[in-house]
Amino acid sequence: MTDLTTNTTTDAVANASALAASRLSFRRDGKLVIDGVDVSVPVGSFGAVIGPNGAGKSTLLHLLVGTLPAESGAVLFDGSDLLELRRRDRARIVALSEQHGDGDTGLAVTDVVMLGRTPHIGRFASEGETDRRIVADALAAVGMSPFAERSFDTLSGGERQRVHLARALAQQPRLLLLDEPTNHLDVRAQLSLLSLVRAQTAAGITAIAALHDLNIAAAYADSVIVLSAGRVIAAGNVASVLTSELIGDVYGVRADVLTHPRTGRPLIAFDTT
Amino acid sequence: MTGTTAIDVPTAGTAPPRRRSARGVPTSVWVVGLSVMLLASLVLAVTFGPADIRPTEVWGSILGHLGFSPTALGGEALSPLRDGIVWELRMPRVLTAAAVGAGLALSGTVMQAITRNPLADPYLLGLSSGASLGAVAVILLGLGVVLPVAAFAGAILALVATLGLAGAAGSLTPTRTVLAGLAVSSFFGALTSLIIFWSATGDTYREILSWLLGSLSGARWPAVAIGIGALVIVGIPLMLTGRTLDAFAFGDTAASALGIGVNLTRWILLTATALLTGAMVSVSGSIGFVGLILPHAVRLVAGQRNRVVLPLSALAGAIFLVWIDTGARTLFDPRELPVGILTAVVGAPVFALLLLKSRRIS
Repeated sequence: MTDLTTNTTTDAVANASALAASRLSFRRDGKLVIDGVDVSVPVGSFGAVIGPNGAGKSTLLHLLVGTLPAESGAVLFDGSDLLELRRRDRARIVALSEQHGDGDTGLAVTDVVMLGRTPHIGRFASEGETDRRIVADALAAVGMSPFAERSFDTLSGGERQRVHLARALAQQPRLLLLDEPTNHLDVRAQLSLLSLVRAQTAAGITAIAALHDLNIAAAYADSVIVLSAGRVIAAGNVASVLTSELIGDVYGVRADVLTHPRTGRPLIAFDTT
Repeated sequence: MTGTTAIDVPTAGTAPPRRRSARGVPTSVWVVGLSVMLLASLVLAVTFGPADIRPTEVWGSILGHLGFSPTALGGEALSPLRDGIVWELRMPRVLTAAAVGAGLALSGTVMQAITRNPLADPYLLGLSSGASLGAVAVILLGLGVVLPVAAFAGAILALVATLGLAGAAGSLTPTRTVLAGLAVSSFFGALTSLIIFWSATGDTYREILSWLLGSLSGARWPAVAIGIGALVIVGIPLMLTGRTLDAFAFGDTAASALGIGVNLTRWILLTATALLTGAMVSVSGSIGFVGLILPHAVRLVAGQRNRVVLPLSALAGAIFLVWIDTGARTLFDPRELPVGILTAVVGAPVFALLLLKSRRIS
């Protein structure tokens, strides 16, 4: 894998951004849950959205992908405002991979991934050779080809998450959003999934993931956006943002930020005494 | 420095040969097979009844009425009386049964997919009952609206009432929706009975029964026209919405992220099912469970993809109701069962099984 960290040592905001969302706001039941949020992530890099429960991480992703209507703001990507696009056109640029609890789809893995072709295939047309090839490639990219004909409902959490990633990749997005992709996964499945995301950013896709685990964010993301109560508290490259002061302020816990002996990335050691 | 771990990351370069669906029988074979079965069922079902009629006579009658010689293509000439039985009584009834079966099964399939509720069905959610009320109001109170339009209005009213009631009580869970449907269905059923009883012409109780439980005994060619017309105008476009319905497999947000306008789509499709149900109920009364059991039966053998399930459900629903109605008019000959009794005998146990299964899931 190529080294992705070189372009992140400079401040993400200073770079020519692939994604530049500005002053996004969203109200739920009259309460501002996203309050004037700016997001800036360079082309082909991996941005992590972190913050405590209820900070608005998922909501922010849903605003970016347009599945929730932003009250105000714009989401510029490659020069055009995603929020102004028709839903179907937007779905060809942005893909969202979510957590799904329920497991009674009755669909085969291939069928689930083929759903990603929805915005590309005419409403009344059927899938063609190209679509099937793209689906097979997406399954291969996440290492799930041998599972193609298996029932999705029989997969483990990690396998399902990979299939959802493949479905998102089958959309052929340039911007990939992941909503807490590592929840409920064992450590091996977490690392493997995030490596897959990194492989995609290496191939030029811009990725943004809402993450709970600060060490996962520190190990994989190029830049982080720290949300708290719907506002951006800090944003920028991982090493400069993830400090013990910030972690103390945002999460109310004491932590030492060390340096990973092999990767040189931040390593967060929580004070549990 | 990089964040790469020792975990293998497979790349597209290692992709195994592309595989095609290995899911048993291809869809086209199912469609052709069921279509042939439906045609055979139509002809055979016409031969059943008190007057013993041979399939070749049925064929002869069809040829005769299409302007050919009855004996042309292996048909058999038949007397005017027997031709009347075939062409004026049994044929329209069998065709209406097929259209109603197809329409109800299609409505059920669409409702189950769009509400992600395995228990959704035009009968259980009160649409059939609302449609009956609309139809009865027009027929007996002499309101000047066309029959299927009134039934459609009743179905829409019932749908809005059911979803509104279930939604007001909390989120739209399958069981809550079915309970709301029960309340709406009972209420509209009572109104229907009241109107029939109040207007009191002829055999009131038989009339009430045939609307509440469904009956095809009055089906003549106008009923065929309404049933098949609704299938062509509403049913066929609905059959083409499979890809859109599939996009709802992981819920509204996922569908929206795939480029589907969720609310508009749901509104259009539910209105279409109300239209289809309304048209069917206006000629048959509320026949229960067809929309519930056929889609599930089809999914068991052909998988969950709606592009496959929609046309197969329609065909299977048509075949199913043709034979169930044949049973309803011949089993207790010369008396006739309301066809809804038979569909309930088959459907209620299936409903119970689905209820148990959905409890295990949640």
